[in-house]
Amino acid sequence: MSKLGNLGARLHRGEISYDFVGKRKIWYGVSILITITAILGLAVRGLNMGIDFQGGAVFTTSKTSISVAQAESYAKEASGHDAVVQKLGTGGLRIQIAGMDTAKSDTTKAALAKDMKMDPESIAADLVGPSWGDEIANKAWEGLAIFMVLVVVYLAIAFEWRMAVAALVALIHDITITTGIYALVGFEVTPGTVIGLLTILGYSLYDTVVVFDSLKEQTKDITKQTRFTYSDIANQSINGTLVRSINTTVVALLPVAGLLFIGGGFLGAGTLNDISLSLFVGLAAGAYSSIFIATPLVADLKEAEPQMKALRKRVLAKRAQAAAEDELADTRGDEGPEDATPAVVGPRNQPASRTNRGRGRPSGKRR
Amino acid sequence: MAAPKRGRSASAQSKPGRSLALILIAIAALTGGMFASGHTTPRLGIDLAGGTSITLQAHNEPGQPNAINKANMNTAVEIMNRRVNGLGVSEAEVQTQGTSNIIVNIPKGTNSEEARQQVGTTAKLYFRPVLASEASAGAAASASPSASSSGSSSASPSASPSSSASQKATGSSSASPSSSATSQGRAVTDALKADSTPSASASASSSAKASASPSASSSASASASAAATKLEAEYTALDCSKPAQRATAGKAAKPTDSTVACGKISGVWYKYVLGPAAVDGTEVKKAQAVYDTQTAAGWQVQMTFNSSGGKKFANITAELAKNQQPQNEFGIVLDGEVVSSPYVSQSITGGQAEISGSFTQTEAQSLANMLSYGALPLSFKEQSVTTVTAALGGEQLHAGLIAGAIGLALVIIYLLVFYRGLSVVAIPSLMVSAILTYVIMALLGPAIHFALNLPAVCGAIVAIGITADSFIVFFERIRDEIREGRTLRPAVERAWPRARRTILVSDFVSFLAAAVLFIVTVGKVQGFAFTLGLTTVLDVVVVFFFTKPLMTLLARRKFFANGHKWSGLDPKGLGAKPPLRRTRRPAGPAAGPVDPKEA
Repeated sequence: MSKLGNLGARLHRGEISYDFVGKRKIWYGVSILITITAILGLAVRGLNMGIDFQGGAVFTTSKTSISVAQAESYAKEASGHDAVVQKLGTGGLRIQIAGMDTAKSDTTKAALAKDMKMDPESIAADLVGPSWGDEIANKAWEGLAIFMVLVVVYLAIAFEWRMAVAALVALIHDITITTGIYALVGFEVTPGTVIGLLTILGYSLYDTVVVFDSLKEQTKDITKQTRFTYSDIANQSINGTLVRSINTTVVALLPVAGLLFIGGGFLGAGTLNDISLSLFVGLAAGAYSSIFIATPLVADLKEAEPQMKALRKRVLAKRAQAAAEDELADTRGDEGPEDATPAVVGPRNQPASRTNRGRGRPSGKRR
Repeated sequence: MAAPKRGRSASAQSKPGRSLALILIAIAALTGGMFASGHTTPRLGIDLAGGTSITLQAHNEPGQPNAINKANMNTAVEIMNRRVNGLGVSEAEVQTQGTSNIIVNIPKGTNSEEARQQVGTTAKLYFRPVLASEASAGAAASASPSASSSGSSSASPSASPSSSASQKATGSSSASPSSSATSQGRAVTDALKADSTPSASASASSSAKASASPSASSSASASASAAATKLEAEYTALDCSKPAQRATAGKAAKPTDSTVACGKISGVWYKYVLGPAAVDGTEVKKAQAVYDTQTAAGWQVQMTFNSSGGKKFANITAELAKNQQPQNEFGIVLDGEVVSSPYVSQSITGGQAEISGSFTQTEAQSLANMLSYGALPLSFKEQSVTTVTAALGGEQLHAGLIAGAIGLALVIIYLLVFYRGLSVVAIPSLMVSAILTYVIMALLGPAIHFALNLPAVCGAIVAIGITADSFIVFFERIRDEIREGRTLRPAVERAWPRARRTILVSDFVSFLAAAVLFIVTVGKVQGFAFTLGLTTVLDVVVVFFFTKPLMTLLARRKFFANGHKWSGLDPKGLGAKPPLRRTRRPAGPAAGPVDPKEA
């Protein structure tokens, strides 16, 4: 079977597992580093807001045979900004360029006229205001705020408040990274970018919730056993859903990657770059944060609970005892074959008959 | 292996064939509907398909120089934005150009005539008392009372299905010669039974005792007789059924003067003599269309005034309520055109009022929309109307589509490699989802002005991930169950409830995002929210009615049930515990509902 299927099986059995929760400090560190870089990028370079947000200049030409693509490159040369070019019903072109004031628009107009071999008089230049006005922006913020509150309430009810907090942290993490990369790359922010960010927001939460759902299921009766601490089970839960996470991320990223690398890179679909970049970074960050940030964070918060502290004590005590027994058993030399009890890891259902000698071992093995 | 299967199938499994048939019928019906309606492609947004660009030039209102400034222009942009996007997700763009122009871009396929009316001509909103009105059936007819009464009789049947109060008013009015405008039968009723303080204000210009005939009404408003005579002549000559006359009638009137005006009520043009503006449109704080379920009066428009507007409205309604038809009406005048002329039966205090009558839902919402957003601080004139091509060039879009197709092909290859036989479920699930999304988007274009733009396309691309996730979660659950040593059929049935919960819980979050953003935001964000909500709902529909039943059916096939090497469910390849699978101990697979989970 495919390698990943095999990996899935071994993850399922606990033969291999990555200690996401145990090594959380490293990943927290990585994330903090990336986030700081992103924030620095935002602070230093700022976002390159497009014409829809900051307005700019619009040049309307008289009837011309120059193609839209040509005009686009002329406009980019003349101004250094991405231009939006549309053909008008009159046969003329409408060229919109962001970040222009009167002086700049005059020089651009002259340069355009020269490039397009036109009389400067036949090009009308005007400053335009933002089409994405404060109203739209404010409404979007308002919607976002309401949504955040509702989501926290929903997660707190459906799961618990700790998970709601962790999901929110992961969400902010993803959005910060995506915006930061935008600032660093210097792509123009268009309404499409904003929509891309909103999409990320939805996806990041979605992915986190899928991971949390499995975590919740596996920790349902956690206090009734003494083999695993909350962190152990959280770790098993991540490893158990790892194949799903990888598959979903690959499937979600492939079309976006196609758009970004093939479309933007080879075929020259320039304006699609900005939106596919925000999606690509955001989706990747969303998948990463559900596993490396959100779940370990929940484990941290949970371990602070008195109940879980007590459990941890019991588990450790039991492990010490088991270790002592194992030593005894080892001296007797009747340890069962290694692979006879591969599936006894984790809280998954298992016939009682098969767990006789393996108690405590799988988790011990990971340590 | 066959025996336990047969035993379980009756009790634990629903009828997968039925669900599959259901969704296939739904697809067929929707696709058929799409072809029948003739809208086989989604309406594309302005960034993908281009559209119409309207340039409007601002003009100072009479008596208000210096009104053209940045603040007012921005207000106008916001109002226009809300207005063109107010009736659905039409995704028009509005921006200022220069110091006194506003550009409105409307996507192709929108009723640009309607949009032009909404942005350009509806500039100022006033509440003016009606001094006289009649159906405009030509100049000759309007001169004689008998003719106007015939006009009213033609109009009155349309008003009959209104509420009881207004019906009564309609009946009495049809007896009087010039009642035609009220045949619409709209009544303004007191929303809040607050204390009434009917102070007699001058705003109604004491036209009270005027009889219904045009000449009488002008003689009644005696004060400025010269102006009145002119008005009378204008009124007599006015024929609102002629577009040329409509275009000029009352358009230049100052709010403080009486004027003539036209108005289309229930498809019939009426002409009016209106007094000076009593309440300004800016004094309407809020207006909304509501369906009155309590008295079954149908659709109503509720409006709330600010404090000064509320006082003025109380005054004028107190004044108007004493009068006969049609002088107990007030005209709601948008840029010189009467959009509604409800009558008043009592003073309305408290700053809230309802307009009721035989509204359709669209009419009520449109009126509420105009009332809420009607008060532009400036008046605008259309300067130019031209078509524009897509902002996203055709070549780029083409490149994007190719890239997207390559990406999708990679997804399919990945699914084939990783899930092998299970791709028989995975790929059709994606396809069903894609077909449903496409068809519904195509159908919604004409229905709710839905326009597919670049952000919406992005939403749809990310939806691939979310849709795929649903069956990936399901498949992984099934594989886990098989690894536990179960055979396929029980594995599918055990995996489903858990996968289902995960899918519902996570899709709910997406849907919540979509719903909140759709309700709160405007324009493009709203369009995106709509796409997200639609694809999320479709995800749930597809996984419940397609993926799961198909999986159940396939689990009966030997190829899958016996775990063929290429089925994607080969227990050996998945690393199931071999002894358990072969010996089938009672504690194992057939245990059914008992969940021996330990932790």
